[in-house]
Amino acid sequence: MNPADPLLSVRDLEVVFSSRGRADVRAVDGVSFDVRAGQVMALVGESGSGKSVTSLAVTGLLPARGVRVGGQALLRGRDLLAMGHRELEGLRGREVAMVFQDPMTSLNPVIPVGLQITEVLRRHTGASRASAKERAVELLGRVGIPDPRRRVGEYPHQLSGGMRQRVMIAVALACDPALLIADEPTTALDVTIQAQVIELLASLVREQDTAMLLITHDLGVVAGVCDEVTVMYSGRVVERAGRRELFARPRHRYTSGLLASVPRLDGDRSARLVPIPGTPRDVVPWSRACAFAPRCPAADSACASGHLALVDDGPAHVHRCVHPADEPPAAPSATPETAPTTAPTTTTGAPS
Amino acid sequence: MSATAPPPASGSRGADDAGDAAAGLADGALDRLGGQPRDEAAGPGRWAALGAGGIDDEPGTSLVRGALRRLRRDPTAILGAVLVTLFVLVALAAPLIAGYQPGRALPGSGITPSSVPGPSEAHPLGLDPSGVDLLTQLVYGARQSLVIGVVSTVIGLFFGMVLGTLAGAFGGWVDTVVMRVVDILLSIPSLLLAVSIAAVAGQSGTSVMIAIGVAQIPIFARLLRGSMLAERGADYVLAATSLGLRHRTVVMSHLLPNSLGPVIVQATLVLGTAIIEVAALSYLGLGAANPATAEWGRMLVRAQPRLASDPWLAIAPGVCIAITALGFTLLGESLRQALDPKGRR
Amino acid sequence: MSVITPDPQRSSDPGARDASGPPADALLTVRGLEVHYPGRGGLLGRGGAPVRAVDGVDLDVVRGTTLGLVGESGCGKSTLGRAVLRLSEPTAGSVVFDGTDVTALEREPLRLLRRRMQMVFQDPMASLDPRQSVQSLLVEPLVAHRLTDGRSEQEARVRELLDLVGLPSSASGKYPHEFSGGQRQRLGIARALAVEPDLVVADEPVSALDVSVQAQVINLLEDLQQRLGLTYLVIAHDLAVVRHIADAVAVMYLGTVVEHAEGDDLYTAPAHPYTIALMSAIPVPDPVVEDARERIILRGDLPSPAAPPSGCRFHTRCPYRQATRCDTEVPVLREVAPGHVVACHFAEQVASGAIAPA
Repeated sequence: MNPADPLLSVRDLEVVFSSRGRADVRAVDGVSFDVRAGQVMALVGESGSGKSVTSLAVTGLLPARGVRVGGQALLRGRDLLAMGHRELEGLRGREVAMVFQDPMTSLNPVIPVGLQITEVLRRHTGASRASAKERAVELLGRVGIPDPRRRVGEYPHQLSGGMRQRVMIAVALACDPALLIADEPTTALDVTIQAQVIELLASLVREQDTAMLLITHDLGVVAGVCDEVTVMYSGRVVERAGRRELFARPRHRYTSGLLASVPRLDGDRSARLVPIPGTPRDVVPWSRACAFAPRCPAADSACASGHLALVDDGPAHVHRCVHPADEPPAAPSATPETAPTTAPTTTTGAPS
Repeated sequence: MSATAPPPASGSRGADDAGDAAAGLADGALDRLGGQPRDEAAGPGRWAALGAGGIDDEPGTSLVRGALRRLRRDPTAILGAVLVTLFVLVALAAPLIAGYQPGRALPGSGITPSSVPGPSEAHPLGLDPSGVDLLTQLVYGARQSLVIGVVSTVIGLFFGMVLGTLAGAFGGWVDTVVMRVVDILLSIPSLLLAVSIAAVAGQSGTSVMIAIGVAQIPIFARLLRGSMLAERGADYVLAATSLGLRHRTVVMSHLLPNSLGPVIVQATLVLGTAIIEVAALSYLGLGAANPATAEWGRMLVRAQPRLASDPWLAIAPGVCIAITALGFTLLGESLRQALDPKGRR
Repeated sequence: MSVITPDPQRSSDPGARDASGPPADALLTVRGLEVHYPGRGGLLGRGGAPVRAVDGVDLDVVRGTTLGLVGESGCGKSTLGRAVLRLSEPTAGSVVFDGTDVTALEREPLRLLRRRMQMVFQDPMASLDPRQSVQSLLVEPLVAHRLTDGRSEQEARVRELLDLVGLPSSASGKYPHEFSGGQRQRLGIARALAVEPDLVVADEPVSALDVSVQAQVINLLEDLQQRLGLTYLVIAHDLAVVRHIADAVAVMYLGTVVEHAEGDDLYTAPAHPYTIALMSAIPVPDPVVEDARERIILRGDLPSPAAPPSGCRFHTRCPYRQATRCDTEVPVLREVAPGHVVACHFAEQVASGAIAPA
């Protein structure tokens, strides 16, 4: 395999939920993206954007009934979507690992955390009981859990939220997976703990050459860690670009609108926020138009006609907008030279 | 928009709960994270309305109406409702259906110790061991079961709700006292209770009803109290208090109605089990004093000696009991699902 | 502010803030507020150390302004908000609302006073009774306080309230589950405003909403404040949201206020190490800023509020912790700049860079 090839390549992914007596729901509609080793691809979107369904489809965790999945998800050239149940199970945990939002519900409450790690190890690597335990202690230490030898025997409820998320990460890392899928890994955590966990994930990607798919709604988290950003809205990719490019030059009206509507620590405090009108559910109920059109200030009849394809706009920057935002939003991201002098940077920099 | 969302035309766009930050995985996640139904037929005319926030002019769908709509789509609920309706109809229309008087032996029936006449033109199900038309007994048995089931459930429901509301609304020492009383009630086996009541009040249908009803009181009381305690910490109760509503109003118009769901479901299930219990009590000879009263349980008892020669005498009332109880159980379970707020999308 | 320091001693301390003198135009004055919950543990689930959710807090909210109360989960900010409305019973201290001590009121006067102080909840779905139509949930408080007469007047008021929060009058016949999250929060706000309150306590008013909808609700709250002259106590974990909406900000850590400042002072010159760490941890949606930032990563987790650390409660996690005083002496809130108080022994040295983070 060519090292430049993506580790995971998702092509035209489509997920349709159907239930009797109701219209089909197209949760994911023709989504394509690549994740490369040693890099973080962020999948950003709000509720209903299809970002989490995408990750569940890729890992084969969608319920079998009432769901139709189309397209391809190639992991090192093998299509995950075409694999059998057993084959996928062998893959999950070993090559593809997942970290979910709520560490309390994704850890088994009646099994000591150490056992939850050794369980994965013994299943996938056939390690002996003793060596698996040693490895569990080592993993807990690596994710920054103090006194790991004592902690392996503790139950999830004995740990704090941040600790539990670290344990989840340790479980995910147990078999040195090639691909780590993190679905809102810090949403349930406090900001100071969030900073710890993000830092940990980022360093693991760097050191282990893991590919990471980071799913989040938080543009702030994305700005700090990822390499590439894919923005989703209503089941489709609306924009994709490199991290700096996307924040400096958001082209899709949804991306630019979102950036303008978020209050920032370093923004103009008295300036009125520019909200996006409507709610994420105000989608156009016919299929080929721009789903964001009902909420878009620039929308016109062109947005409702024809099939909107992804348009190339500069190097590695694609979007799906008929009337792309011309200028970057009036936020400091537009002028990189002034940014480092903004409030939080100077104040946090001062003592050090 | 959830996977289970109604299509846009149903007039309840935006009816579902968009995901909040807190999310699990599994099915719940799918509900919240699913995409939007796309209806090719809908024209651009809807656009403006959608931009305005998706609030149309149609009247809203209340919780009860939504639950009824879901029940109508649920085949289990329909089956349960059909069985229950059938049972109630038969019970109400007993004199019209039955060709004979219940409990009255027909002369010249030809009953011998070893055989009972089988089905004939005049008696579609034949006669019972006393020489009464079996169909007539079964039909009037439905009536008896319905009366006992409903009355005993109402007894249990009423007193259970009073106790549960007291405990749930006031908490503190009221709760402690009420719950101790309930625990004591619960510790007495319902059979023993029935025997005692029958001993005191005399053997009659009334004592059976009271016995079954009293045995249900602690179940309803605990259920309602638990449900109210869980709801008491809910934000909308706090909101009602912070609005300056009287405690009485908060309890009666917010806390209680929202806690009733499980109780209603339980009542349906109890109706079913009460019918079985009536059968059990009459089987043990604790039923109505008059041995000729049509009662499914008693019919079972009297069929027992003839099980080998005339099995349908036992099978017929047995099937009736089973089908009726099944109907109530199916209906209760569907009701539980329909009232579950998680299913409300 | 710690309870360990009694009031007389506090006012004799030259640097300490004068706790007895609220601003003349304060609508809400909180003094020495404590909310302790009985501890769990032991054989009967009782007898453990009490959880000191709020442990000696002083606050003033000036009429017509917004005080932002910031902190992470478990710091006691929500309990404080509820104690102000006496939805949680305070263990000690006073909450004076427009001259009336709320903590001393009997049931009926309290009920009547609640008309003037309202709450907006975090989760709009949970805070609306699912069985109530919009019409009914807006009329109920009007009836409880006899604010309107007759049906037509009620209906006119409902339309007015819906219009106030930007919802069409056709919403009145609908039920909470038929709205989106943002719309539900608008309903929650409309209900709070139905009784024409003076003070609105908003507990995480936007954190449960979709990102693209949050700005709508923030703007709505600001507009309403201007139109109706409302006073806000906004409780949030998001410093950026609070910075946008608040005129003064208080930061809470483990049941106590560690820093309090007017205007943008807290953001331009954070003085308490916890505030500094909190601000550095908040991600900014801008890669250029993010790449250039020095992030202070706090070690460890929040200690249990049932057994708060000795001395400064933050000393177990503080990157600027000193060998002396921090773990033995409780820091008192003291003024480091006009209107800017902080509870740290070494605030000046931290600010000047004389003490470097570990």
